[in-house]
Amino acid sequence: MTTTTWAWLVLAFPLAGTLVNGLGYRRLGGRGAGAIATLAIGLAFACAVGAFLSLQSHGASHRQLVSSLWDYALTAGVDAKLSILVDPLSVYLALVVTGVSTLIHLYSVAYMRSDRGNARYFAYLNFFVFSMLVLVWAGNFLLLIVGWAFVGAASYLLISFWYRRGTATRAGIKAFVINVVGDVGLVLGTFFILRHTGTLDFLSTFKQVDGGAFDAHHGALVAGCLLLLVGAFAKSAQIPLHTWLPDAMEGPTPVSALIHAATMVTAGVYLIARMHPLFEHAPAAADVGAIVGCATLLIAGTIGLAMTDIKRVIAYSTMSQIGYMIMAVSAGAYAAGLFHLMTHAFFKALLFMAAGSIIGAMAGNQSLDRMGGFRKAMPFTFGCFVVGGLALSGVPPFSGFFSKDEILATVGARGGWFDALYVLGYVGAFLTAVYTWRMIFRAFLGEPCPEARELEHGHLAHADVPTNPATGEEEDTDVGFPGPEHVIAERAPQMKVAMGVLAVLATVGGFVQVPFVDDYVTKFLDPTFADSKYVHLQPSDSLITFGLVLGTVIALAGIALAHRIWVARPGSAAAWRTRFGAAYALFAGKWFFDEALDLLFVRPAAAFGAFAQRTFERVVVEGALVDGTTGVVRAGSQAVRAIQTGLLRYYAALLLMGGVGVVLYFLVVAS
Amino acid sequence: MALSWYLVVSALIFCIGAAGVIVRRNPLVILLCLELMLNAANLALIAFSRMWGGMDGQIFALVVMVVAACEVTVGLGLIVAVFRRRLPIDVDELRELQG
Repeated sequence: MTTTTWAWLVLAFPLAGTLVNGLGYRRLGGRGAGAIATLAIGLAFACAVGAFLSLQSHGASHRQLVSSLWDYALTAGVDAKLSILVDPLSVYLALVVTGVSTLIHLYSVAYMRSDRGNARYFAYLNFFVFSMLVLVWAGNFLLLIVGWAFVGAASYLLISFWYRRGTATRAGIKAFVINVVGDVGLVLGTFFILRHTGTLDFLSTFKQVDGGAFDAHHGALVAGCLLLLVGAFAKSAQIPLHTWLPDAMEGPTPVSALIHAATMVTAGVYLIARMHPLFEHAPAAADVGAIVGCATLLIAGTIGLAMTDIKRVIAYSTMSQIGYMIMAVSAGAYAAGLFHLMTHAFFKALLFMAAGSIIGAMAGNQSLDRMGGFRKAMPFTFGCFVVGGLALSGVPPFSGFFSKDEILATVGARGGWFDALYVLGYVGAFLTAVYTWRMIFRAFLGEPCPEARELEHGHLAHADVPTNPATGEEEDTDVGFPGPEHVIAERAPQMKVAMGVLAVLATVGGFVQVPFVDDYVTKFLDPTFADSKYVHLQPSDSLITFGLVLGTVIALAGIALAHRIWVARPGSAAAWRTRFGAAYALFAGKWFFDEALDLLFVRPAAAFGAFAQRTFERVVVEGALVDGTTGVVRAGSQAVRAIQTGLLRYYAALLLMGGVGVVLYFLVVAS
Repeated sequence: MALSWYLVVSALIFCIGAAGVIVRRNPLVILLCLELMLNAANLALIAFSRMWGGMDGQIFALVVMVVAACEVTVGLGLIVAVFRRRLPIDVDELRELQG
């Protein structure tokens, strides 16, 4: 089979899974749906491997393959096709997406098994992966926008999967609205670029940009790239469009793993990497991306320090790590950013899965304040969490260490004001280590909480009345709410397998690109980025060595600090909170972004809406248009009603007169 | 005989029928007058048909007769229904469709 056939198959399997589960949900029990969905994504992964292998058989300069199923519209200035672009970058993303998604599906089979609406869940999950793959394979702007919007819709469906939970539906709406802001940015950006290139196809767009299509319209290119960045920021939860991501934790835990590890949030990184020829011609836009990424990684890191909901800590950690990636791809460190994307997918999915296991043990409760001492009760989960935590905080030789250091070293190699980003990146790395290990220490060490104690005796905690962990409202376990059973990894082989594989990958995933030893990722991605002007951007050997040592020291120092605060001296956390009261209030309030957005956009929009309703809607629409029309019709019919006497003979006479009139007319005309 | 005689008779019958429809209030009589008007038209059609020597007009007249039969059936049915409900047999009294 050709490479592009493999790629089309990668798309076909998740779509087939969606349709089978979505249409046949009445026939399929929960297990059947899960098996079908997992199989579909597994086959997609196999086909992605097939695409990878067959791409390798092409010569290095012939690894950008385009295949089109059919044309939507081909006219002057628009070439809308259903075309995919298979090149190392998209194959790389497809491998990561399908690989990690397969494991998440497998995990879901056990995790969601008691949930009513299981088939619906798996249909959504497959649709999500399908949308992401459309986005990744897209060979032109049109298909990219379609995939982009599909991903937003799928995330809405999954975040508000427990649709009777008010907090979940609100979170879903929030995610959808913010994503639509991003969609608008993407579409407008596309128009800016399309206007001067006259083509939607990626490769011809890049060719035109390199050929100087924007030499006279540099402003349009910068504006287009900035608008593309808006799309990337919304999807990848970068400041200030990030507020949906922590709220998205309302969805089931595997969904969090899927959205935050493998698929959705990486879309922004992918977009910038894909559009690198545009961004390299618009350095101003790229600089904005790098700065926003850096700000996000710091701000999210500080918020992670203050959150008490275990899933939200991981969510802010995702934001922070995506910040690294956005910074990397905006600064020209494409391979480094995409390398981190892969390792992050491994260890972040692992962390979410482990967190799901703890939440299962806590009977749905997610608060770190209530957790403690799960180490003995859940040794496997603990092991996975530690591996994930080590990889996330960047301790050698775990995967996150190599990828993060490569990002920072390459950004440092840019010199100039990028040195500030380099330094701040290490500050972020320190924060990462602290908040990660704070979470681990608080959940697993210390005095065992009642649930942990019970679990040590072999009883899984079970709430008498299921409640919403966020608000404490009472719930039932019917469709639209979480199912009655709680699942932990220790007792579910599927979850164990998924987490075990990810733990291994999170440990060894970094070895594909170790400084001075090998650089498989860079080499593999090279055909995509061969035309980049940063292709020779290489940190010096001394900078790399310095970075490796500094990264290790910072990660260990962060872990040591976390250990000192939350283990060695229990209770000192309260002292820290009072000492840095203002900072703590800022972090715990999430830097008040929600409030600021509310004040800046939501309230003015609501006020304008109320104003328009009062004046425009009431006066113009209701008064002039609606009432005016009915008034005219009423008056007109009033006048015509007089003719309707109901007298049969009168009607007959009128008819006759009419007939006579017509005859007379023709007589007159004829004579 | 000249065609005009037939047409004059036809016009006369038509006018009588039309006047009857407008003047009379008994629905039975109105139906009869309608029949007069239709047959006046038939007469004219057949006269023209003879003049041209074709059969079209005669076929047309036959069709008109069929329509007239249908119309009488419906009309008489209506009158019987009105009579059964003991309503006045007077078209001026039946004016509920007044606007």
